[in-house]
Amino acid sequence: MYDAPHTERDVDQQDIKISARKVQVYYGTTHAIKDVDCDIEDKTVTAFIGPSGCGKSTFLRCLNRMNDTIDVCRVEGDISIDGEDIYDKRVDPVQLRAKVGMVFQKPNPFPKSIYDNIAYGPRIHGLAKSKADLDEIVEKSLRRGAIWDEVKDRLDAPGTGLSGGQQQRLCIARAIATEPEVLLMDEPCSALDPIATSQVEELIDELRQDYSVVIVTHSMQQAARVSQKTAFFHLGNLVEFGDTGKIFTNPVDSRTESYITGRIG
Amino acid sequence: MTDASMDTPRPRRAKTSLVSEDARTKKRNAAEKRFQAYGIAAIATGLFFLAVLAFSIVRSGLPAFTTTVVDVNFTLTQEQFDEAEGQLFKTKAYSGYFITALQKKLEAENVQVAFDEAAIERIMGKIGGTLREYYTANPDQLGQEVAFKLNASSRVDGYFKGRVQRETLQDSRFLTLADLDLVDALAEAGIVHSAFDWGFITGADSGVDNPGGAGIGASVVGSFFMMLVVLFLSLPIGVAASIYLEEFAPQNRWTDMIEVNISNLAAVPSIVFGILGLAVFIQFMHLPQSAPLVGGLVLTLMTLPTIIISTRASLKAVPPSIRDAALGVGASKMQSVFHHVLPLAMPGILTGTIIGLAQALGETAPLLLIGMVGFVARGYPDGFISGFTDPNSAMPAQIYTWAARADQAFYEKAWGGIIILLIFLLTMNIIAIILRRRFERRW
Ligand SMILES: Nc1ncnc2c1ncn2[C@@H]1O[C@H](COP(=O)(O)OP(=O)(O)OP(=O)(O)O)[C@@H](O)[C@H]1O
Ligand SMILES: [Mg+2]
Repeated sequence: MYDAPHTERDVDQQDIKISARKVQVYYGTTHAIKDVDCDIEDKTVTAFIGPSGCGKSTFLRCLNRMNDTIDVCRVEGDISIDGEDIYDKRVDPVQLRAKVGMVFQKPNPFPKSIYDNIAYGPRIHGLAKSKADLDEIVEKSLRRGAIWDEVKDRLDAPGTGLSGGQQQRLCIARAIATEPEVLLMDEPCSALDPIATSQVEELIDELRQDYSVVIVTHSMQQAARVSQKTAFFHLGNLVEFGDTGKIFTNPVDSRTESYITGRIG
Repeated sequence: MTDASMDTPRPRRAKTSLVSEDARTKKRNAAEKRFQAYGIAAIATGLFFLAVLAFSIVRSGLPAFTTTVVDVNFTLTQEQFDEAEGQLFKTKAYSGYFITALQKKLEAENVQVAFDEAAIERIMGKIGGTLREYYTANPDQLGQEVAFKLNASSRVDGYFKGRVQRETLQDSRFLTLADLDLVDALAEAGIVHSAFDWGFITGADSGVDNPGGAGIGASVVGSFFMMLVVLFLSLPIGVAASIYLEEFAPQNRWTDMIEVNISNLAAVPSIVFGILGLAVFIQFMHLPQSAPLVGGLVLTLMTLPTIIISTRASLKAVPPSIRDAALGVGASKMQSVFHHVLPLAMPGILTGTIIGLAQALGETAPLLLIGMVGFVARGYPDGFISGFTDPNSAMPAQIYTWAARADQAFYEKAWGGIIILLIFLLTMNIIAIILRRRFERRW
C-alpha cells in the first residue's frame, strides 16, 4: 500500500537534535503523554502519526514549551535540545521558541498585512539590519513557503484575507522567517489542496537540508512521502518509533500495523 | 450496513408534499411569527417611550435657549451726560432720558401707551444704572447712537414663553397687568423680542433671584475638568489592571477573589463612592471641597470597575490562536500582548471607556456628598490648574441645583441643562461608535 518511494530513502544516521526521556504530560488529572522516550535527529524529517486524541500535538508542544501557556498542563521528564535541558530553570522559553519554530494545526495569521506577518519575527529578533534586508527576508520566506507568486502583488493586504490554504502557507513562511533550528508542524497540510500540499512537502524536504523538522500528520501517505523517521502514538504512549520505511512495511507492534492498515483510529 | 438493520426496516415517514406545510411546520412557523411579533412590540414600546421622553425634554428645555431682549437705539449727548452727572440722583436722570427717548420712538411707531419709570424698571431692570455704567466706561460714545441690547426681566421672559399668563397674573411689585400692555406695545414696535441666549450656554450660574442670568457654561467646564481626571486615571489604571489579571496573573484563589470583588464594585451604589470620597479625599487628605479634582477622583473609583470589566471582556474575546502565533515565532508574553492582543482589543476597550466616562458624566449622587451641588459657580476658573482645584459645579449637579429652586424659570433652565448634557452624552457615544469602526479589524 505504501510501497512507492521509500525503498531508496536515505537513512543516514544524523546527530541527535532533540532527546526526550520519560516524558509525562498531565492536563490536570488527565495523563495525556505517558513515559515517552524519543530521539529526534538533526537534518531529518520526523513524522508523528496516531489516532486523534493520542497526544501528538501535546508532545509536539512540549518541544518548544508551548504547553507552558496552558495553566492546567504539567510536564515531567527530560527534554533536551543539543544536550541542553529545555525545562531547566535558567532556560527562557522565549529564547527557546526562537530556536524551535512552530506551525499550528489551524492557520493563525496575525490580522496584519502579509508583509508584517512575515516581518514580525525577524523584527523582534533583530534579524534585519535594514529595510532592504527585511524585504529580502520576507521575499525569501514567502518563496520558500510556496506562496510568493500568489501574494507578491498584495503584500499590504491583510493576511487574514487569504484562503485557508494560503493562510497556512503564510504561517509556514512566517515560521521559517525567524530561521529556527527545529521546525514543528502540527498537521500543516490539513487545510491544503493537493497542489499546495505537494508544494509544502517539497518545502519540508528542502528544509531538511538545514533543519530538523517534526511533522504531525493524519495522512499516512504524507508521512511516508516526507519523513525519514516515524513515531506512532497511541493513547498517550509512543508505541513504535523508527525508520519510516520500516514502520510502514514491517511494523513490530500489532497496534501500529492495525493503524496504518486502517483498522484502528 | 449490517444484516440486522436490513431485517427490521425502520418505520418510514409518510410521504408529504413540499409545497404544503405539515402540522409541525405550521406550528413551528406560527411560534416563530409570534416571537417576532413580541420582539417588534417590545422595540416599539421602547421607541415610543424614547420618543415621549425626547419630545418632553425638547419641549420643556428649548425655551431655556432663548431669552427676551429689549433692543433700543439710544443717543446721549455730552450736555445730557454733564447735566446728569451734576445731579444728586444720577441714575434717575439717565432713566429719565431713556424714557423720553423710548416715548418718542413709540410715538413715531404710532403706538399709544403710557408708562413710568417703575414700569420700565420692572420690565428691563435698572436701566439708569446700566446706562451710567456704560457711558462712564465709554465716554467716546457720547453723542452717537448706540444700539442697546438689554435683557428683559424673568417675568417678562416668562410672559413671552407662556409661563406667565394674563389671566392668572396678580399685580405685584414684580409685574402688573399694565406692564403687560406696555410689553405688548413694545413687542409690536419691535423693541422687545426673543432671541437666542448665548449666555445660557457660556454663562455661569446666577443667584436665586436672577434666573435670567443663569448659564450652564461654568459647570460644563467643571464637568470637563472632572472628565480629564477620570480619563487620565481610570484608563491607564483600568487597562493595566485588566491586562495583568487577564494575561499574566496566575489563576488561583486570590485572583478569583479580586475578580469577584471587581464585579461587586461595579454594583456598588454611586452614593457610597461619594461618602468614601468625602471621608478620604476631603476629610483625611484635605483636598479642596467642591473641586473638580475631588469629583474626578470619586468618579474614577466608580468608573474603574466598568473599564476593567469591559477591557477584560475584550481581551478575552481575542482568539487564543493569535497569542499562540506570537509566542510561536518567539515573541515574549509582553510582546504578544502589546503587539497583537491589545490592538485587537482596542475597539472594545475604547467603547467601554467612553461608556464609563458617559456614566461618570451623568452621575450626580457622589457629587452631592463632596459639595459640588448647591455651590453657585460665579465664574470660570482662571487657569488650567485652578480648573481642577477651584470650587465648581458639574452639569448634572447644576441641573439638580436648578430643579431644586422655587422659581419656575429655573425649572426651565434645568430642562435646558438636560438637553446640553444629553448632547454631550450623545457626542461621546458617537465618538465611541466611530472609534470602534475605525479600529475594528475584519477576520
Ligand atoms: N488544553 C487541554 N486541556 C485539557 N486536556 C487537553 C488539552 N489539550 C489536549 N488535551 C487532551 O490531551 C489528549 C491529547 O490531545 P492532543 O491534542 O495532543 O491530541 P492529538 O493527537 O493532537 O489529536 P488530533 O490528531 O485530533 O489533533 C486528549 O485526550 C485531549 O483531550
Ligand atoms: Mg492535534
